[in-house]
Amino acid sequence: MDCCSGIKIDIPKGHKKLVLAGNPNVGKSVFFNALTGMYVDVSNFPGTTVDVSHGKFQDYVVLDTPGVYGVSSFNDEERVARDVILYGDVILNVVDALHLERDLFLTLQIIDMGKPVIVALNMMDDVERNGIKIDIDKLSRLLGVPVIPTVAVKGKGLEEVKNNIKNAKVGIIDDKIKGYFKEYKDKVEHQSEALMLLEDDEATSERLNINTLGKREEIYRLRRERVDKIVESVIIKEGKGNRLRQKISSLTLNPLSGIPILILVLYLIFKVIGVWVAGDVVGVTEETIMVGYYEPFIRKIILNLFSENSFMYRLLAGEFGILTLTPTYVIGLLTPLVIAFYFFMSIMEDSGYLPRIAALVDRVLSFFGLNGRAIIPIILGFGCITMATITTRLLGTKREKIIATILLGFTIPCSAQLGVIAGMIAPLGMKYILIYAFTILIVFALTGTILNKTLPGESSELFIDLPPMRLPKLSNVLKKTWTKTVMFLKEATPLFALGALIITLLEESNIIYKIQDMFKPITESFLRLPKETANAFIMGIIRRDFGAAGLTELSLTPEQTVVALVTITLFVPCIASIIVIFKERSKKEATLIWLGSFILAFLVGGILSFLIV
Amino acid sequence: MTLDMAKKGQKIFIKKINDEKIKVQAIRLGIYEGAKVDCSLKIPFGPVILSNRMQEIAVGRTLARKIEIDVIKEGA
Ligand SMILES: Nc1nc2c(ncn2[C@@H]2O[C@H](COP(=O)(O)OP(=O)(O)OP(=O)(O)O)[C@@H](O)[C@H]2O)c(=O)[nH]1
Ligand SMILES: [Mg+2]
Repeated sequence: MDCCSGIKIDIPKGHKKLVLAGNPNVGKSVFFNALTGMYVDVSNFPGTTVDVSHGKFQDYVVLDTPGVYGVSSFNDEERVARDVILYGDVILNVVDALHLERDLFLTLQIIDMGKPVIVALNMMDDVERNGIKIDIDKLSRLLGVPVIPTVAVKGKGLEEVKNNIKNAKVGIIDDKIKGYFKEYKDKVEHQSEALMLLEDDEATSERLNINTLGKREEIYRLRRERVDKIVESVIIKEGKGNRLRQKISSLTLNPLSGIPILILVLYLIFKVIGVWVAGDVVGVTEETIMVGYYEPFIRKIILNLFSENSFMYRLLAGEFGILTLTPTYVIGLLTPLVIAFYFFMSIMEDSGYLPRIAALVDRVLSFFGLNGRAIIPIILGFGCITMATITTRLLGTKREKIIATILLGFTIPCSAQLGVIAGMIAPLGMKYILIYAFTILIVFALTGTILNKTLPGESSELFIDLPPMRLPKLSNVLKKTWTKTVMFLKEATPLFALGALIITLLEESNIIYKIQDMFKPITESFLRLPKETANAFIMGIIRRDFGAAGLTELSLTPEQTVVALVTITLFVPCIASIIVIFKERSKKEATLIWLGSFILAFLVGGILSFLIV
Repeated sequence: MTLDMAKKGQKIFIKKINDEKIKVQAIRLGIYEGAKVDCSLKIPFGPVILSNRMQEIAVGRTLARKIEIDVIKEGA
């Protein structure tokens, strides 16, 4: 047990582990890039570096950790960061100079671990802009470690940090905490482990099989007092804060202005993504490039190997072929949409707007057993349910993850589907658009409320840090969009391929036709739709937009169209999403969600058709 | 009184945090029993925004009900 349980990183002989640690959004990843020359996620919303990136600097292996407010086990980011920091050899602690009272808590905690530390006092440009003056020498003396002022984004101070890594020092440990260490002196190998035990860290206690003493709160308070004292004595001049930023911040938080701003922002995003990307861009990437050029090309190659009526041909290059449907879907349709969504999300994160949206909508989401943070997967859901379901990981409790997953799977139409739906419903006029939107909204609210009332346990409450509003840097936004897109595609592509495989097998074994027959009575008598609609539903199991697109070929009255669209929206999530749901949740939950969406879709569709058709 | 009753602009003293899990997490962000912070904004029916120097924190309304406070100074 040496480094980083769970994360396997080879440390070459004679190399030391240099760990980058700091609060969220302080510039760790910018330092990481500067040190290693490698490129990673650079962001502004708490906790975006969920993985640990690593690279080399001189004879150090550099590890970039997710941003945390302290070393403990309150959430995934903390668990990952904890495992890396605990066994690091040298810690480069990046501190946001504007938020000393927050950031120094972690600094002191790392110092208390007895690790050699060097502090990069970052964001000095913000400090100057706000008219704040910090006594850096004094800070260094009080901490007992080197402190170097930096402006990482402008490259200021980076050389000095690099040259001073070897000067990292064990800092001044709190006397009282030092006294407590005696308790564990002979029981553990590292002082960092002793500190974790003193702070009641369950994971460490379990792993080392040593009991804790219930001293966490006392130690945190001691540290807090020390932080406050240090801050008080090193701030030579307090600033006023940036008026304009504060003004913008309160405009986004105040519902009177905040809600219109939010609506406007979302409208702009959907205008760009829903109309331009989903229409024009995908038209080129999917139709022209993938279906027009790529698919015939690959079919020709496969035909050289297998005959047209062979199983292998259908498996690889058939209607749902692994080499035809999957690449067309992933490259032609999903990639442009996912890039567009991550691009806007990155802008909202980097500007500090996203946590403010979370605060603004917190109240509304609380009716559904969620807190404001759940707005992130919900917005992403309008891009791609698969991508959004993966993001439910960031929610606080299992209960919230289940609720969010169900709401996404049941009610949110993904952008691909939304494109087709919009095309069908827009010509029918406002009345039908409203019927559609209202029905979906009501189902969303009812599902959320019922889940909140019936699921056991309690959801976590909103308690988030609002980072300062900043103008996002395009280069960071682009880098991040790219990393996230690549991460998503890596995770999702095999799932789409698996989905395609399953569908081909269902078709080969004729099961798919049995399902189709099963549907017919429901579609005709209950939904009052032509029986061919069943085909659209079958397609909907595979790809949500296929389902909707299947409807365009039927001749439906406007009322029937709305019923069909509502049903297909509420219908099961696409095959890739459902595989993700199976991965993220238990088999039982996933099965229930899948079956539940069948029932819900037909039930709501039936009721609506009873009312309007 | 509890934090949900605080008004915009008031300076408040945090007396007690009746949520063990949040309590230890909040210490790290500078919100602890004995801390003096500003209530910089209240979203109607929604979260209370606390600020301490440059640091702003949004506290959900239900959670705010579990935090006991005293008002030190009325807002402007
Ligand atoms: N003004 C200013 N902005 C900076 C500075 N250093 C970094 N930033 C910006 O701060 C934001 C966060 O930087 P990151 O490197 O992603 O921060 P991080 O600590 O890795 O963040 P997480 O991994 O999410 O915890 C980015 O938008 C950077 O451009 C600085 O010295 N001054
Ligand atoms: Mg980072």
